[in-house]
Amino acid sequence: MIDFLNSIIVLLNFIIIPGISYGSQLALGALGVTFVYAILRFANFAHGEIMSFGAMITILFTWFFQSQNIGLGILPTALLALPIGIIATIILCIISDKFVFQYYRYQKSVPVVLAMVSIGVMFVINAIIRIIIGTETIKFSDGQKFIMKAKKFKVMTGLNEGLALKSSQVITIFITILLLTFTFWFLQKTKTGKSMRAFSDNEDLALLSGINPDRVVFTTWIIVGVLACVAGTLYGLDKSYKPIIYLNLVLPIFASAIVGGIGSPFGAVVGGYVIAFSEIMVTYAYKKFFVYLLPSSIEPTGLVQLLSTDYKFAVSFSILVIVLLIRPSGIFKGKVL
Amino acid sequence: MNNLIGKNLTAGYGGVDIIKDINLEVNEGEIVVIVGPNGAGKSTAMKALLGMLSLTSGSVEYSNKEISSMLPQNRINLGLAFVPQTNNVFTGMTVEENLEMGGFLREDDIIHTINDVYDLFPILKKKRNQSAGELSGGQRQQVAFGRALMTQPKILMLDEPTAGVSPIVMDELFSRIIEVRKTGVGILMVEQNAKQALGIADRGYVLVNGKNSREGSGEELLNNPEVRKSFLGG
Ligand SMILES: Nc1ncnc2c1ncn2[C@@H]1O[C@H](COP(=O)(O)OP(=O)(O)OP(=O)(O)O)[C@@H](O)[C@H]1O
Ligand SMILES: [Mg+2]
Repeated sequence: MIDFLNSIIVLLNFIIIPGISYGSQLALGALGVTFVYAILRFANFAHGEIMSFGAMITILFTWFFQSQNIGLGILPTALLALPIGIIATIILCIISDKFVFQYYRYQKSVPVVLAMVSIGVMFVINAIIRIIIGTETIKFSDGQKFIMKAKKFKVMTGLNEGLALKSSQVITIFITILLLTFTFWFLQKTKTGKSMRAFSDNEDLALLSGINPDRVVFTTWIIVGVLACVAGTLYGLDKSYKPIIYLNLVLPIFASAIVGGIGSPFGAVVGGYVIAFSEIMVTYAYKKFFVYLLPSSIEPTGLVQLLSTDYKFAVSFSILVIVLLIRPSGIFKGKVL
Repeated sequence: MNNLIGKNLTAGYGGVDIIKDINLEVNEGEIVVIVGPNGAGKSTAMKALLGMLSLTSGSVEYSNKEISSMLPQNRINLGLAFVPQTNNVFTGMTVEENLEMGGFLREDDIIHTINDVYDLFPILKKKRNQSAGELSGGQRQQVAFGRALMTQPKILMLDEPTAGVSPIVMDELFSRIIEVRKTGVGILMVEQNAKQALGIADRGYVLVNGKNSREGSGEELLNNPEVRKSFLGG
């Protein structure tokens, strides 16, 4: 019985909690990608850099607040800087639309052209980030790091295995629930949200109903800016901030959006968790888990790891390919909000 | 009096003119029907009136005001409404949301107009929370019609409102169109069911190969032997 509990704790500690928090970060990222796809109808490869940019501004202001001794006590100072990061990210989105994407939209360029253009935007934002903050790894979480420490948990429960719960994980989950609830409420219940769904559903008919496309696009970038900055900051807070990571994140984020059905917000969220859990489950070494569960005679000797963590991106990629082969429209039929 | 006039309209897609030098007119409280063979440019003419494609030459006037360069969404604001031939509902949205979107530009309480539409088409009230993509073809046409009415248009353009619906629903739709006309709305519609449509029309146009081929009162066209032979099955 104790062994069974221990094995459950192992799962919770190394798979479930990290999966939920990484999944939340992917879900927020994928939701942003899906919004751009559903409204502006192109795959925005710059999304990872937009996230990175938001995180960077948040970090810069976190440093500023720290230097002024302004903080949030047990909560990370980054939460105080986050609203500023969000505003800056929205401005970045709107500037890149005004100076780049809008031109191609008015030309009625095909989606693949816009996708290529977004790669250009990606490089530009990436360069700006490198100039401003460099390429080093930055840890910017402060406040109380853990809500539950592994050691304390062991003492409390008398179990062999510890359960650690990082504040960044709880914050991630909490903010994700808040943001997702708001986003879905907005889309379903408000007039502006409905007009966005209408525009995504049938652009011509939306125009015939008097819906102003420029307004819809503007609102979309605001939402995308919020989602991207929050996703980027939470990821950095949970792991650490490094510009190159966000470039790599584009793959699992797109995989999440596509697996869920690109253009479907609900799909993006589900896709985020599917990808996160697959990545973690495939690359986790289950040795400890089996040691608790199996009698010692048949205990595994190896690590019982399907793939080395170095290959975690291969997981998103494989799932992506499999979904595209079996069900090209994604788990939930995509395309419209 | 509100009216919509297309003068010498020439327009098409990607540089190829489909309609050439067409004249169309519809006045308040009038039903005007456009008939013609498939591919004649009937839908194209309607899109040209709405500004959904740019004119090579000619002009569009609404109530004595030139609106040729106005964006479609601004023409909606003036009191024009259009139900396209295809893709005329928001398939992923509920019936009621479709109607709400029709009333997007209105600042007053749209609930009365929604109820008017439900009175006109009781089936929609029953299906109000169902997504429009799940409706039958005839019900979809009713949603499309209802969405256009939500703007409280002065001039309503319908592109084949009875396409794909049963004879019973067709009669019903036509009687609804007559009811709407009674409220003073001018209706311009393209119809394949030419006999019934010309039967309720005040005036009609025959378009062939992108050109005006004939025009007259509904009765004149109905009784014209050539028109009978080409469109009314003898
Ligand atoms: N979006 C488009 N792009 C290019 N050509 C088009 C487009 N829409 C229509 N056409 C062409 O314009 C011509 C007239 O089409 P239109 O839809 O106006 O005909 P119609 O009179 O409405 O026919 P129907 O009775 O079949 O609805 C056709 O030859 C068609 O191929
Ligand atoms: Mg047509």
